[in-house]
Amino acid sequence: MSIKVRYFASLKESIGRSEDNLEFADLATVGDVWQRANPNKVLPDNSLAAVNMDYVGLNSPVKDGDEVAFFPPVTGG
Amino acid sequence: MDIKICTEPFDPWQAVQAHQHSAKDMAGKFGATSIFIGTMRDFNEGDDVKGMTLEYYPGMTEKQLEKIVAEAVRQWPVIDVLVVHRVGDILPNEPIVLVAVWTSHRGDAFDTSRYIMEALKSRAPFWKKELLKSEAERWLVKNTDGYL
Repeated sequence: MSIKVRYFASLKESIGRSEDNLEFADLATVGDVWQRANPNKVLPDNSLAAVNMDYVGLNSPVKDGDEVAFFPPVTGG
Repeated sequence: MDIKICTEPFDPWQAVQAHQHSAKDMAGKFGATSIFIGTMRDFNEGDDVKGMTLEYYPGMTEKQLEKIVAEAVRQWPVIDVLVVHRVGDILPNEPIVLVAVWTSHRGDAFDTSRYIMEALKSRAPFWKKELLKSEAERWLVKNTDGYL
């Protein structure tokens, strides 16, 4: 399956990339996506995740073609 | 209902006036307009701030703002809403966000405005990076509860 992964703000800076394109058959959850894309880095505790631009938890399932995003707490307004 | 992401400086007063002027069908129907404007300060957490960069997630930011406005409209009898949010490089004294709400009565205007702002602060994907007078840069870690 093919998953596009996006990173924003301080998380993007700390990993040094704004996106990844993953091609793996065995990605089941959002947490799996993070681990596969960043095998040597623990996702910071307060991070937020989204699938197809909706907030989800790390145990949420992913499917082929999804866009998964990881980012720190939001600070707009 | 109108939601705009702005990459250039905007005049919130002009935006409110233009929106109200273009929404001719609400003339005579609204008795209350609540206007909230968030403006960039030149200080934060004890430091002088000379600029800021506001990052967002194109697509998701708009989607979340639309959801927030839809939630508000389900809860209060709202006639119209205008939300404008700046992104990109911002200087002190420039407006960051505008939430304007038109209702028949003032209570609904105040409540809707508060709801939209608080939800925006906690759920809309925007991130602020401050440039301090000392030339140091820092990401804001989280939004406050809105009081000192």
